[in-house]
Amino acid sequence: MSGIGQMEVGETLPVIQLEPVSRLDLIKYAGASGDFNPIHTIDAEAEHAGLPGIIAHGMWTMGNLAKLFTPYLGEGFIETYSIRFKGMVFLGDVVSLEAKLKEKDSEKQIFDVEAVNQDGKKVLAGSLAFAVLKNQPPAAQGS
Amino acid sequence: MSRADRETEKGDARMLKEMIGRKSEKTKNVIERGAVKKFAEAIGDDSPLFTDEEAGKQSVYGRNIAPPTFPVTFDSGSIPGLNLPPKGLIHGEQNYVYTRPLFVGEEVHCWIEVKEYYERTGNFGKMGFLILTRYGEDAEQQLLFTEERIVIINEAARKEMER
Repeated sequence: MSGIGQMEVGETLPVIQLEPVSRLDLIKYAGASGDFNPIHTIDAEAEHAGLPGIIAHGMWTMGNLAKLFTPYLGEGFIETYSIRFKGMVFLGDVVSLEAKLKEKDSEKQIFDVEAVNQDGKKVLAGSLAFAVLKNQPPAAQGS
Repeated sequence: MSRADRETEKGDARMLKEMIGRKSEKTKNVIERGAVKKFAEAIGDDSPLFTDEEAGKQSVYGRNIAPPTFPVTFDSGSIPGLNLPPKGLIHGEQNYVYTRPLFVGEEVHCWIEVKEYYERTGNFGKMGFLILTRYGEDAEQQLLFTEERIVIINEAARKEMER
């Protein structure tokens, strides 16, 4: 796999557009994460909380966003990943995931990352530092 | 606002402020292969490094790794006296710092600390900002990651905590 290390500042990773958010997506994430807050899965509970309908877990979107780096995990790992949640994601929303290289040195690359909905509104945004490995696996301890 | 309301408010703020610095007991977790697979599927991340044993062996890590947001699944014990309301909480921010990726099959010992609590008055009234930090160490007590979660607590929810 070539090249996150060769990217230039200002370049972007290929955008990933997710399928429209479905209830099943959120039920699966509730089960896998252990976050069973019902505002993410049950209409009546979301409405009771003053929402127009169920909303995605913020961590579901943040988890998805890290997929932009999946093709490069053989070259390095995600060292820091910081997100501010800016807007709600509703059923049927189409979320696009984006990353742009902001700074780089020989050891790491810092990307601005964000997820935007079909109206171009940011639902979350932040920064991610990708640590580039030089054929040296990080210290493996304890196993 | 009645005097009783003001008193309650002071009580809320004091209670949460007193929590600063409190920690849970370290709690042992084991990163299970099945749990990683289920989690990776739930976020639609099909990296073979998470699930394919052979791909893991061939990788720079020599084994399978877990997705960066996987620590949300860890048991970190509970902080005595900290009872957050089930409603009225908004997830404001989430920040991870790793020393290396998490390995499938390894032990991770986790605990949480109340790092900070402060209040700000804005368009939606007085909001509380609670910063909870989760720490994860390997079996040799080497820090693997920190996870900082900023939870915004609205006024109604803070009152709920007093009941």
